[in-house]
Amino acid sequence: MDFGPYLMLATLEGAVLAAVLALMASGLSLVFGVMRVVNVAHGELYMLGAVFAWWVTSFVGGGPAVAFVAALIIAPLIVGALAVLADITILKRLEYDPERTIVATIGLLYIMQQVTLMTYGADARPVVPPFNTRLAIPWLEWADGGLQVFWPWGLSITSYKLFVIVAAVVVLLGIRLMMTRSRIGLLMRASQLDSETAQAFGIPVERIYALVFGIGAALAALAGVLIVPIQQAHYLMGGDALLLSFIVVIIGGLGSLGGTIVAALLIGLSDGIISVFFSPTLAKIIATILVALVLVFRPQGLFGGRAR
Amino acid sequence: MSKTSESKPPISRRSALKTLGVGAGAAALPMWARYANAQTSEPIRIGFQKHATGIGASYGRWYDRTSQAAVKMINAGGGINGRMVELVTEDDGTDPKRGAEVVEKFATQHKCDVAFGTLFSHVVIGSAPRAGELKLPYFVVSEGHHVASGMLNRYTLQPGITDVKSQVQAMAPFVASNLGKKVTMIFPDFAFGHDHRDYFSAAIEAQGGEVVQMIAIPPAETSFTKYFPKIPRETEVIYHVMVGPAVLTFVKELGEFFGPSRPEIFGFIDSLEAVDLASPGLEYLEGTYFWEGNPRYAQADQSEYDKNFRAAVGVDENGASVNDSKDISTYAHMFGCWETLNIIKAGMESSGYAGPQDRSKLIEAVEAITDIPHSNAHPQGAKLFNGKTHQVFGQQYITKVTNGKLILAHTAGIEDTLYPDEVDYTKQSF
Amino acid sequence: MSENGKIILLHTGLIALLLALNFILPAYHHGNIARVMVLASYAIGYNILLGYTGLLSLGHALFFAAGMYGMGLSIRHLGFSPAPALMMGIAAGALVSVAIGALALRTSGVAFMIVTLMFAQAGYLTILLFGKWTRGDEGFVIQQAERILWGIDLSDANNRYLAALVLFALCLFAALWLVRHPVGRVFVAIRENEERAQLLGYNVFLYKLAAVVASGTISAAAGASYGLLFGYAGATFATVQYSIFPLLWVLLGGMGTVIGPFLGAVFMFYLIDLSSGITNAYMLIAGVALVLLTLFAPQGIGGEFRRRVWGWLP
Repeated sequence: MDFGPYLMLATLEGAVLAAVLALMASGLSLVFGVMRVVNVAHGELYMLGAVFAWWVTSFVGGGPAVAFVAALIIAPLIVGALAVLADITILKRLEYDPERTIVATIGLLYIMQQVTLMTYGADARPVVPPFNTRLAIPWLEWADGGLQVFWPWGLSITSYKLFVIVAAVVVLLGIRLMMTRSRIGLLMRASQLDSETAQAFGIPVERIYALVFGIGAALAALAGVLIVPIQQAHYLMGGDALLLSFIVVIIGGLGSLGGTIVAALLIGLSDGIISVFFSPTLAKIIATILVALVLVFRPQGLFGGRAR
Repeated sequence: MSKTSESKPPISRRSALKTLGVGAGAAALPMWARYANAQTSEPIRIGFQKHATGIGASYGRWYDRTSQAAVKMINAGGGINGRMVELVTEDDGTDPKRGAEVVEKFATQHKCDVAFGTLFSHVVIGSAPRAGELKLPYFVVSEGHHVASGMLNRYTLQPGITDVKSQVQAMAPFVASNLGKKVTMIFPDFAFGHDHRDYFSAAIEAQGGEVVQMIAIPPAETSFTKYFPKIPRETEVIYHVMVGPAVLTFVKELGEFFGPSRPEIFGFIDSLEAVDLASPGLEYLEGTYFWEGNPRYAQADQSEYDKNFRAAVGVDENGASVNDSKDISTYAHMFGCWETLNIIKAGMESSGYAGPQDRSKLIEAVEAITDIPHSNAHPQGAKLFNGKTHQVFGQQYITKVTNGKLILAHTAGIEDTLYPDEVDYTKQSF
Repeated sequence: MSENGKIILLHTGLIALLLALNFILPAYHHGNIARVMVLASYAIGYNILLGYTGLLSLGHALFFAAGMYGMGLSIRHLGFSPAPALMMGIAAGALVSVAIGALALRTSGVAFMIVTLMFAQAGYLTILLFGKWTRGDEGFVIQQAERILWGIDLSDANNRYLAALVLFALCLFAALWLVRHPVGRVFVAIRENEERAQLLGYNVFLYKLAAVVASGTISAAAGASYGLLFGYAGATFATVQYSIFPLLWVLLGGMGTVIGPFLGAVFMFYLIDLSSGITNAYMLIAGVALVLLTLFAPQGIGGEFRRRVWGWLP
């Protein structure tokens, strides 16, 4: 394929990845920002979202579109509720101690992953997308002394992939509105700044924490539901997703929601575009080392302030 | 604690008669062997390394079902040397370290007579040294070239499934003469994929074709479209092979990439093993070709043996479980378990195997096997076993997607799969 | 008895017990304990960093694999005999840990976790990239004939057990010596309060680098020995999973105790071995154990011993 169309395709594919990553990573970032908890089980919440999407779509009738909308609502709710439960029964009792919560969430990671293995099984299962039209994209070429439109082989995207991008943008805007405009967002920000003072002012910090943990989980689950018509639900899918969203959160500056989204774009697009120039495995190595070096030389992340 | 299963034969007049038949056969054995038979009624224990968890789990499930069915059939026929067969199953987690531990467990704790195993090459290669040291015969169903390459040891054999080198080189003549000479290969960027890359590019060049581009996909990749633009325009045939949980995404995105104008496509069924051909997004595969170790869909000229095999394992004519039409089998590989267990039976019977002290005799007996006829014990087809390289050779199938089913288009004969020996294990001491 | 005496007695006693077990264990457990001793050596290395210096790495598989491949590749491609190959493995681990330490120690906390994780991931992919020499994920066998160290066949069960015991004893006493040495005390001071250690005039960066190198080198020795004793090197050992294992063993056994890594490795090994007979989802039990541990025994097995019985446990 010519270079131009190739780059275009890599960018589009990167944008889909960036959209999913941004959703997932903003959940992780929210939890870290407000609660100072590193949730290692976040990838499994994403996996649970995908798996519940499969359950819901296989039991709800009325065509793929209806079933998918049902999954879009039900799966994040269930996963969010599970996370609230985990917060109340485990994390709260650890008093959100940073190291112990990491260990506890590694434990939760295995519990969720293995219970899925016991119930859902070890197969990768597909979910039918609500719509999926292949949209070919034209390209301009200078030929015979004038610009000509042509349709390069393979330059295309599907309507569902476009929908994923749009849906992620809408949800992220919603989160931003909630944080800045609503009362609950205000309470969250107050707990984030100084949980003891917030408590003293009568803010129910414990309930805020449970809610934040639930919302963070629901965002991961939503990312899982959105990806599952493109990929398949599999009990081990959480691992790589966790790595990527960790990277995004750190690069973006821990706890900074805006930085997280910019970093998701950066990582998503570079994953696509670096693979244009290098052999695939080499591209992965280069991308991985680059990210590590960014952290080494700018530990506060690209967009984080020094204060954190 | 381990999951064991012992299928006791139903006591009926018919099976009693069959058992008698075996008794008559036993009379042909040397005296000491009959004596040994009479001495022990302990079951023969076969340790089964199963990919119950990890990325190989779909294969593990079907390898398990096939092996259980084979053991049931062997026991219904009177067992081996008059003894029942018991399968001792342990999960290897599709992990070479756990695989080696499980082999140790078979040898030293479960007191298994032999070990029998598994698909993923890294598990086999990680386990084989331990099997050799523990002097435990280790029969693998992995299709890797590791056995015949000489990397392993005298105790490791692959008598039930042809290796990847044979499979790949047997495909080249068909691809070059029917599909095209300019091939782009897409394969996973690890050893299994590299075997495909190396053996196929050599074989297609021998046919006057060439590989115009090689696209190696990094492991654990979950989205693939970004790699496809590397496919050159001049490509006449796409050759694809993929493994792991993301195979369906891979094949689907390949279709979305090409849209209405695709080149010829030839794939290894590994890319869609355990995946329903009717999955959404796979419609474009109509008219493309697949290598299959054993055709998933019952063919028009289905043999009695295949019919019997399907019924015993519980697979319908579309290659799905008879209990759940969505549960697709790994039909192209799992016959290897059935055939391997029957080779173990044949080897134990001709060596008069009575217990672990006869393990080297068992190996020698299996090494002595050459021609294996098409039969109920070997439903995939006739085979040729090479005792020196411990590797079996058998015919390979190419099927074409026709009305959503895989219909046989070409059968590559055993002669297409042969290559010069790379090792002589019989020269190694026990 | 003096505290010092008790400490020597306990750790020598453990080695003596393991030596005695060589003669009485049934074959299966004999093999398992040999394996566990090598894995426990890995965990001892990990514990120097996590337990004594307070640095949580998620990339130790890189050091383990550096040892394994430094050893394996020099046998496979350079025709080395086991002793120099083992040295190559250890040297490779030391070299890699200097490089990684120098870079990663510019960060701390969560960023340190992620940076080590990413370097290890890059290392894993590099093994795959050079598949021509490493055979990638499939790995390669180190043949029995290549595993004869000073005339001792390491593939023999008895020799293997004793070799593993020697490795384990060396690592155990090295760790014991280190943590009671002034350098080890500085490690602990850094763990407790890095700023104060800095104010006291210690070059914190150099001490942390020393901890990374000590930890990485011991891990590499364990990796090289694992490959040599069990005859296989493969990329699986460089995956994230093998970075998480020593973390689990150390947490379970009790971080910041010399004996903890061994307790954790034994406990975890048998937990998985026994539960895999009951359910496929045996890691579920590991998960539940971890959660219960953080809730009820955050110091791990060794830590609980120290809290309840042996206050002097180093």
